Amino acid sequence: MRVKEKIIEKVLAACALVTVLTTLGIILILAVEAFVFFQDVSILEFLTSTQWTPLFTEKNYGILPLLSGTALTTLIAITVALPVGLTIAVYLNEYAHERVRKVLKPMLEILAVVPTVVYGFFALMIVTPFLKTFIPGLAGFNALSPGIVMGIMIIPFVSSLSEDALSSVPNSLRQASFGMGSTKFQTAFRVMVPAASSGIIVSAILAISRAIGETMIVAIAAGQQPRFTFDPTVPIETITAYIVQVSMGDVPYGSIAYKTIFAAGITLFIFTFILNNISYWIKTKYQEKYE
Amino acid sequence: MESETQNPNPKASKVETKPKMDSKDQSFKLQANNVDVFYGDFQAIKNISLDILERSITAFIGPSGCGKSTFLRLFNRMNDYIDGFHMEGEISLDKQDIYDPSIKVEELRKTVGMVFQKPNPFPKSIYENVAYGLRIQGIKDEDFIEKRVVESLKQATLFSEIKDDLDKQALALSGGQQQRLCIARALAVKPSVLLMDEPTSALDPISSGKIEDLVHELKKNYTIVIVTHNMQQAGRVSDNTAFLYMGELIEYGDTQKIFTNPEKDRTQNYITGRFG
Repeated sequence: MRVKEKIIEKVLAACALVTVLTTLGIILILAVEAFVFFQDVSILEFLTSTQWTPLFTEKNYGILPLLSGTALTTLIAITVALPVGLTIAVYLNEYAHERVRKVLKPMLEILAVVPTVVYGFFALMIVTPFLKTFIPGLAGFNALSPGIVMGIMIIPFVSSLSEDALSSVPNSLRQASFGMGSTKFQTAFRVMVPAASSGIIVSAILAISRAIGETMIVAIAAGQQPRFTFDPTVPIETITAYIVQVSMGDVPYGSIAYKTIFAAGITLFIFTFILNNISYWIKTKYQEKYE
Repeated sequence: MESETQNPNPKASKVETKPKMDSKDQSFKLQANNVDVFYGDFQAIKNISLDILERSITAFIGPSGCGKSTFLRLFNRMNDYIDGFHMEGEISLDKQDIYDPSIKVEELRKTVGMVFQKPNPFPKSIYENVAYGLRIQGIKDEDFIEKRVVESLKQATLFSEIKDDLDKQALALSGGQQQRLCIARALAVKPSVLLMDEPTSALDPISSGKIEDLVHELKKNYTIVIVTHNMQQAGRVSDNTAFLYMGELIEYGDTQKIFTNPEKDRTQNYITGRFG
């Protein structure tokens, strides 16, 4: 019996170890390959050049166009997702009846499980033509349309986590606010939302982190033209979309162009890693407020 | 359960006790007339009629679940949010029916302030807590708000302790200070009635004593209704006392009389600690 317990414990620990080792392995490979890349390309050029043309004859290795593309689509996405998601969370928590809430919440989560390739096509074939009726100068591939669609995709991240944050605010605060003569709206936005602000910020950061890493939608609908711009109407390329483009197989294995994947990959990883840590830090620092 | 011999049919008769008046020009601030309260099928309040004098302290006492908190919350309509809540009868403030459809609940609650059982300051600064009631009324004049904040904190006898820390988080205060902050927050909008739902039950004896002194002081300008579990507290602070049991008003009148020579056996038993 003792031996059996010991074996079970070891197996469980091994399972936990697999995930840790995988993460470490990914980081290691990214770091090593990126290190090799930076033997050929100076970090200064990588960080400051505004041209990203590793696949052209005249090669430039400036990450800024990919970063601006990623930042632009992410910014558009969170501009859509935060207000909509927060409004939904407030509605569910402060206004909706229990019955409505029980139906609406799972339906919202469906948004997050639609395959992203479907969203990508949706952006390209429906949203872009639709937007063209308002913005005649909009290119067929652009940052705006996938940005908006990505925003819709991440609404459940914001609404679900924000709703959790709002519902963990003690009812006594709501009572205090009503007792002072506040309307429902004042109670929601002057008491409940500020009291849940740490959780809402965490939800926004996780949603941003998800948007930064999103690949399929931008690969399909944003074009594949690295361009250092914040104009949402022209084709751009994000870090993730670039990685897809290069991974398709036209690039010879071991070439510098091939290694750009790792340089781009580690840049992406650093950003999402920092964001996740910030959200974790906010969570642990501010969460015990109401205990 | 013992039978209620004095009052066999509660629908037909009324408890024939009246509050003690301090002076002849005192009038009734709050009045309840044949009030029934239901939560779904459960009747929480059974035909209670009672008048509350202005600028006096009225205590509601009774065992847990007797309906005293429910009854208190009728006066600022805080029960409205509870599912299945339904009221019959009339509650009036300054002779005006507060359940009339023309009454704005938000306006009513600016006149009838409330202090809760557990201190519940907002997770904002001390200053912003007290300023909250003014801000939701759309008042922008910062000098006016500051004056009112200081004045309210002084009234709640908290100012001298925290005058250098107005920007500090309210949640950093002690429990007793938080409760006085909640009182200051309620006073800042200049209500005329203050409802207190067991305001000291979460506090230590010294903090409770400070709140009691404060309540006594506030009586000069406010009509105070206080729900309490603590017999000594009811005896110390209130002018009139209402004893509720199982949703019924058993006895109501001068506190001294209720505590020394109650008319009903049940009141006597509760006060002397034989049940409840």
